[in-house]
Formats: sequence, C-alpha cells, structure tokens
Amino acid sequence: MKRLLVFIKKEFTHVLRDKKTLLILFGMPIVQVLIFGFVLSNEVKNTDLLVIDQAQDRASKEIISKVQASEYFDIASVTFDVQDVEASFKKGKSKAALILPKDFEKNLMTKHVAQVQILADASDPNHATTIENYLTAIIRDYTNSLNASMPYTIIPEVRMLYNPQLKGAPNFVPGVMALILMLVCVMMTAISIVREKEMGTMEVLLVSPFKPIMVIVSKVVPYFILSMLNIVSILLLSVYVLGVPIKGNVLLLFGESALFISTCLSLGIFISIKTQTQQVAMLISLMGMLLPTVLFSGFMFPIENMPFPLRMISNIVPAKWFYIIVKDIMIKGLGFAAVWKESLILMGITVFFLGISIKNFKIRLA
Amino acid sequence: MRTIKFLLYKEFKQIFRNRSIVALILFMPVMQLLILPWAADYAVKNINVALVDQDHSTYTQELISKISGSNYFNIVSTDASYDKAYRSIESDAADLVLLIPPNFKRDLVKNKTQKLFLAVNAINGTKANLGAAYMQEVIKEYNGKLQTEIHSVGRNSTPHRAEVTFSNWYNPHLSYKVFMVPGILAILVTMVGGFLSALNIVKEKEVGTIEQVNVTPIKKHHFILGKMIPFWVLGNVVFTLGLIVSWVIYGIVPVGSLLLLYGFIAVYLLAVLGFGLLVSTYSETQQQAMFVMYFFMMVFILMGGLFTPIESMPEWAQETIKINPLSYLIRVLRMIVLKGSTFSDIVPHLLTIALFAIGLNGWAMLNYKKTN
Amino acid sequence: MEEVVIQADKLTKKFGDFTATDAITFQVRKGEIFGFLGANGAGKTTAMRMLCGLSVPTSGEAKVAGFDIYKETESIKKNIGYMSQKFSLYEDLTVVENIRFFGGIYGLNNEQIKNKTEELIERLGLTSVRKELVVDLPLGWKQKLSFSIAIIHQPKIVFLDEPTGGVDPLTRRQFWELIYEAAHNGITVFVTTHYMDEAEYCDRLSIMVDGKIKALDTPKNLKMQFEAESMDEVFYKLARQATRAE
Repeated sequence: MKRLLVFIKKEFTHVLRDKKTLLILFGMPIVQVLIFGFVLSNEVKNTDLLVIDQAQDRASKEIISKVQASEYFDIASVTFDVQDVEASFKKGKSKAALILPKDFEKNLMTKHVAQVQILADASDPNHATTIENYLTAIIRDYTNSLNASMPYTIIPEVRMLYNPQLKGAPNFVPGVMALILMLVCVMMTAISIVREKEMGTMEVLLVSPFKPIMVIVSKVVPYFILSMLNIVSILLLSVYVLGVPIKGNVLLLFGESALFISTCLSLGIFISIKTQTQQVAMLISLMGMLLPTVLFSGFMFPIENMPFPLRMISNIVPAKWFYIIVKDIMIKGLGFAAVWKESLILMGITVFFLGISIKNFKIRLA
Repeated sequence: MRTIKFLLYKEFKQIFRNRSIVALILFMPVMQLLILPWAADYAVKNINVALVDQDHSTYTQELISKISGSNYFNIVSTDASYDKAYRSIESDAADLVLLIPPNFKRDLVKNKTQKLFLAVNAINGTKANLGAAYMQEVIKEYNGKLQTEIHSVGRNSTPHRAEVTFSNWYNPHLSYKVFMVPGILAILVTMVGGFLSALNIVKEKEVGTIEQVNVTPIKKHHFILGKMIPFWVLGNVVFTLGLIVSWVIYGIVPVGSLLLLYGFIAVYLLAVLGFGLLVSTYSETQQQAMFVMYFFMMVFILMGGLFTPIESMPEWAQETIKINPLSYLIRVLRMIVLKGSTFSDIVPHLLTIALFAIGLNGWAMLNYKKTN
Repeated sequence: MEEVVIQADKLTKKFGDFTATDAITFQVRKGEIFGFLGANGAGKTTAMRMLCGLSVPTSGEAKVAGFDIYKETESIKKNIGYMSQKFSLYEDLTVVENIRFFGGIYGLNNEQIKNKTEELIERLGLTSVRKELVVDLPLGWKQKLSFSIAIIHQPKIVFLDEPTGGVDPLTRRQFWELIYEAAHNGITVFVTTHYMDEAEYCDRLSIMVDGKIKALDTPKNLKMQFEAESMDEVFYKLARQATRAE
C-alpha cells in the first residue's frame, strides 16, 4: 500500500510539472462553459431587416413601426426596390426583407385579405425560419388588433419546462462535462502510458517487484483526481455563473461522474495497451474517441435527426449515456430509478474494456 | 530562389514518404465531409407530442388531425392525465405535452375565449422555442378557420387578415446540409493547414535537425516559405477534394465564381499557416503544439458561426470574433458557394484576411530565431 | 605569423545566474586541428554554439573567419560547417537526398552537387545504401555522413561537437582519418571531445573547467607543463579542481 502511494506521488509530479498542458486541461472546460454560456445562442435579436414599402399607406407604416419597435429587428433601410434585396443579401448585410405591396391597406380593409411577402436569406435554415415566425407574429398582432371584437379565440398558454428562460446552459453543461472527461481520461491517460513505453521506462517499472496492475493503477489515479476537479469546476461555474442549479442529488451526480470517469479510463488504458507511439495514441484518441463524443453525445448535434446508421452508432458512444444521466439528474431532478439503465450500460462498457486490457496485458507479460 | 527549390524538394519528399500521414490528410477530411453533414441537421422536425385530450369533442378532433397532419409533429401518446404525459417528457419519449381541458368546445362557444396548455421540454432552448411556435401556428390557423366558420353564420363581416408568403432564397428547401457543408469544408481546410504546419517545425526542433539548418547561411524567410508552400498546396488539394465531395454527394455546386473561391482560399491558407508557424515557434514538443492548437481550434470553431449565427452573439463576442480568421472563411464560403456573392461583396473580408496573413506570418518570422 | 581564423576575447554566456562560459580567450590558426576538452557541463557546447552563431554571447568579443559573431552571423555561416552532438540529418530522407538538400542550401550548383554526391558516396563506401533512408544506417556511418555533409561546401572552419560519441574504436579511427583529410585540405577543425586518445590527435588543445579555459597548448607541451605521462593524467589533474556539480 505504501509503495502504491509512492508511485502515485511520482505520477502526480509528472502531471503537475507540465504547466502548459495543465493550464489547457483546466482552462479548456472553463473557456468552453463560458463560450457556450455567454456566446452561443440562436436567439434572433436586432436582426437587420430590409423593408420594401410599396404601399406607403397608414397600415404599412403602422406595421413598419411595430417591427421597428420590437427587439428582434432593426430596420436597415426602407426602399421601393426589390433589386436592393439581392445586393444586400449577397453582402451579408441583412438576412430578410419584408415586402408590403401596393394597395396594402386598401386590400386589407375592403377585400379583408392583403398580401405580405417575406424574403429570407435561408442559407441558415433555422435562423430564417425563426425570423419568419417572428415577423408573421408581429403582422398577425396588427391584423388581430383590427379585429378587436373577434370572438372565439383559443389562447395557447405555453410553459417551458426545466428551462423557462430558454437558456443554452442546461443543454450544454452536461455535454461539456462529457467532452472534458473524454479529453482528460482517454487522451491524457493513453498518451502518458504510451510515453513510458516509448521511452523504455515502462520496462523498468515492470521488472520492479511492484505488481504490473498496480503500475497502471498508479498511472490513472492522478487523472481520476484531475477529472473530479474538472467536474467540480464545471458544476461551480454552472451554478454560480450561469445560474443553472443542480436539481437532483449531488452525491448521485458525483457517483455517476465517477462511473463515467472509470469508463473513460478503461478506454484510455485499452488504447495505451494497443498502441506503441504517442502520435498513434493521440490520433486514435482524437479521431476514435473525441470526435464521436462531439458528434454523438447529443448536445451539439441532434441525434433524432440523424439517419438510422448514425443513430445506431451513437448507442455505443459512452458519452451519450452519460449525457442523458447528467441531464436527468442535474436538470430534471430525477433519481437513480430514472438512470439505472444508462448506468448499467456504462458499467458494462467499463468492464468489457478493462477485461480485454487485463487479458492483453497478461499476454504481453507471459 | 534556388534555395527554395531544394527546401521544397525536401519537404515534399518527407511528406510523401510518410504514407499513413498522407492517407490521413486526404482521407480524414473526405470522411468527415461524408459523415458530419448528416449529423449536423438542426432542423426542428419530428417533435414528439404527448396529447391529453380531456374534451373529446368535434373541435378537438379537428385540431388533433391538423396537428398530426403537419410535418413537424408525431403524436406519440394519448394520455388521460397530465401527470402521465409529463412522465413521458421525463423519459424523453415526448418533447411537448398538449393539454386540452375538459369542456373545451362548450367553454369556447360560451365564453368566447378558451385556454389550451402547452408544456415543452425546454432543455434544448432552440428546439423548444421553435416547437412551441410551430404548435401555436397550427392552433392559430385552426382558430382562424373556426372563427370564419362561426362568424359567417349569421353575420357578414369577415375578419381582416394578412396573407404572408415566404420566399426562402438560396436554400428553398431549408436544407441543413446546404448550410453546413461549406462551413464544415472551411473547418477542414483550417485544421489541415493549422495542425500540419504547427507540428512540422516543432518536429524539427524535437529531433534536432533545425539546428543543422540554422547553422547554414539559409535565409529565414526562405526556410519559412519552404515550410509553407507544401502545406499551402496540400490545403488547396483538400479544399478541391472537399468541393468535389460536396458536388458528388450533396449536389452543392458553388453559385459564385470558382476563381474567387480559390483566390480567397489562397490568401486564407497563408493566414492559417502563419498561425500554425506561430504556435510552433512557441512550443517545444509536438504534444505541446498539439494541445495548444487543439485549444485554439476549439475556440475558433465554436466562435466561428458554424452552429449558431454570429448575429445572435452578444456585442462583445461579435467584436472578439473579428480576430477569429475561421469566422471569415465560414462566412465567405457560404456567401460565394450558396449566394453567389461577387468580388465586391467579399472585398472587406478578403482585405482583413490579407492583414491576418501579413500579421501572423510577420510575427512568426520575428519569433522564429535562428539564434538564441 | 599564420592566419588566425577564430579569435575569442573574454567571451561569456550567462543563463540567469549561471555562467556557462566565463570570459574565455583563445585563438585558432588556419589549418590546425583545435581540440576543446572539458568534462560534461564545462561549457564546451555553449562556447561552440556562440562561435557558430546559434547563440548570442552575454559579453565579450569574437571573430570567426574574420566576421563578428554579433553582427555578421550570416556571413560566418557561409564559411563554417557544423556537426552537432545530436545526430541531425533528416532520418526520413535517403543518403543522396540529404547530400542534395544540404548541398543545395549551401548554394552549390547542380554540377557541383552531382560531383560531390558521387565523390562522397564512394569515399565513405555508401554505394550500396545510397537510396536507403538514413534512419536505417548504423550510427558510425551516420556520423561519417554527417561530417562529410558538414564540409560539403568547403568551409574555412568546421565545428564538431563530440562527433564520435557512442561509436566503436575502429569507426572512431576512420572518423579521425576524415578529419585529418579535411585539415590537409586547408579546413580548420574545431572539435570538442572527452576521449583523451582523441585529444592526442589534435594540434593544440584547450581544457575547460567550470566555464574557464584552464590550459591551452600542444598535447606535448601540456604533458610537460603538468608533468604528466598522458593526456588522461593532465585532464584528471585539471578536472579535480572543478567545483561545479554535473
């Protein structure tokens, strides 16, 4: 036991010595959380809008002033000419144009129906759709005000569950956790073990009276602790900076994190046993682990929209299950009963990879 | 000039000798371009609805058939109670609960107004927002029809309404692939150029060969040019491969001029390679260079406007993004490929990138010391 | 008076508080084989790197091939060859490709490169491996190739930093034959080593202890001066004074 502590201490000194890498390991989750929390959003705000007012009547002016008054849009210019739209779109100066055709008011009042046209730069489909929705709603508000006494109105009352302000954070905090654990546990562990192989120091350790398994154990302990610290820093940021509280049981959350970290470590060990050079280990971790995590955990790319083969692949990505677990516990406030299946899957993956690693390790020694 | 010839000969020999790296350089981007656009589909569709209809009237049946008839919704369950429907949100089986209260039809006719309840799983804010908006749209449309029907009975006045028509330019089918492919291509070109150039010089440092070169009368800028030109060429090759994949697999043909595209890429690659060189001058080992590069790439990609529009970012972030070269490439590629923007449209971006190229390379050149 | 090709005057290099090279003064004459001895960490490599223009001195003056080591490093580089302690040819290039590359960046024309390549390969007996990657060559061959490439442009001076580390005595012998040949052709050789038998091959020797030059003369005179039987003994007597821990 004492010998194990000595080894663990040695590993810690290695990890702590490389300041640049350490800075990135701790800085990365913080920067990611801050970017996701404060920068990325899909909201439409102060979007530059072109207005082509061919009607120039009271109704058209009123609609324009309503659009101007909304926080969603800034009116870039009011013109007559549809030609201007194309030039503006191509320069990327505005994203949409609202066309109020001639006789807008006359049609609205006498024929009860008037045409409005919205041209959108739909290269970004969601952005275009959102803009169209908002504009339509503003126009409808106006026409509804004309029909003030209109009866039989259905009023949909909307409740946004878990995240009433529609913040991005509840969606990505669990995702960033999964991503950073993948980076620290899989990539760093794999590289650090392979480095010892490359340098030949592994042989020295293996011929020592110390049990080989213990060598591996002492390698992973520092990364386990680093990962836990990262989890703590992400959660603190999430609660105190982003205002996303932990609704469920904190202990359960940490327990599940420890489980996922074990899964990642087992993957890291597996890679390190199968590879011979740092570069290969790095590439495999990057392409084989990090990329699938980004792709298939569900926080950056919507799994439900993927074609069937990709959805199938997503099931073998551990991060996907961890993402679901954290979302359930942290955001929805659910208990173990809701996540036992996912936990079992993670446990299965861990046991599987540890199993083959140990088997391979023994074969190599024999 | 003769020196450069020898440098280039050497670099190309070294690159092509390492078959696995060449394969990786060419294979990886193509693979990613084949997979990523399928994954990056942010269209909000297939919204799963848990329905609680406590009225069971003709009105609710009509409304429900309108909902299931729309492209956006799948009705996954019809529950008797809200609690039961709520549990399907907890288990992610449903994204949205629509609750129609008892006596919906009677109260609507009697009270002239009637409420409906929507509960949306809002963990993913964008999806929740759009999902709720679509649902409200369906309800309003049905409401409008109802009003006209009820109204026209007995009275003559019809409500005033504006008929809104949409034209979605450049991407009429609102396809996410059309949007993502040029963006992903931008990222691939940046990654190939950035990582390769950063790792290459550091490798010479690690192995010690740079010392042997530093002691020769070779000019600094010759050496750096010798390093850049091969990766510049490779960057163009990757870009071309990407364009071919976009065309063959996704049917995306640049609307704008190819010449303009390559012109922009040519300048952009200089900037990215300069950044890679800069990182390499500050790193001692390949692992370090790799991690530093990884960090910057992550920030560049997240803040490049690939996933979420730059216009939606807060003011300070938009200012910060002005120093993110990748954001210019993503924007310009989308402009030229999708909208057919012309030289005069992209000229400000081109000038900025040219400044980046000069600045980054100048900095790298100053920081690359033959003597220490 | 023979022509002086290296003139160092109180040359000093400090790394923080640590003075690696402490005000060394010496001259090297054209065509001689000048040995630079010292224990590990005595400051040999630092001194050599300054003379090659790879490192800027903290203070002191020096001229190499008539050029100032502060202002005219690029002119110095045209006139010197350098072979570092660490093997530093491109291992993923072949023998011929390495020769061609370095010949090219030293400004040899195609005709010269072609002739040099053939001459070198024949002299070093590398004909059978000319198209092999350098990584696959035995260490001794690599070092001989490395030396030949360092003098491919007929420099005035060649700097060799522990060129024979880790090779067998026979190969070392062959290596020194190459050095003699170079010296015979008028190339001044500046060589660091800690093999005492190699020291005996030098025309003149300087011995560095703790960053300072403690002795400088021909091997014969040094032995006389220190009343020693062999260079080993001379070195031992001097090195004992060292206070600097390795």
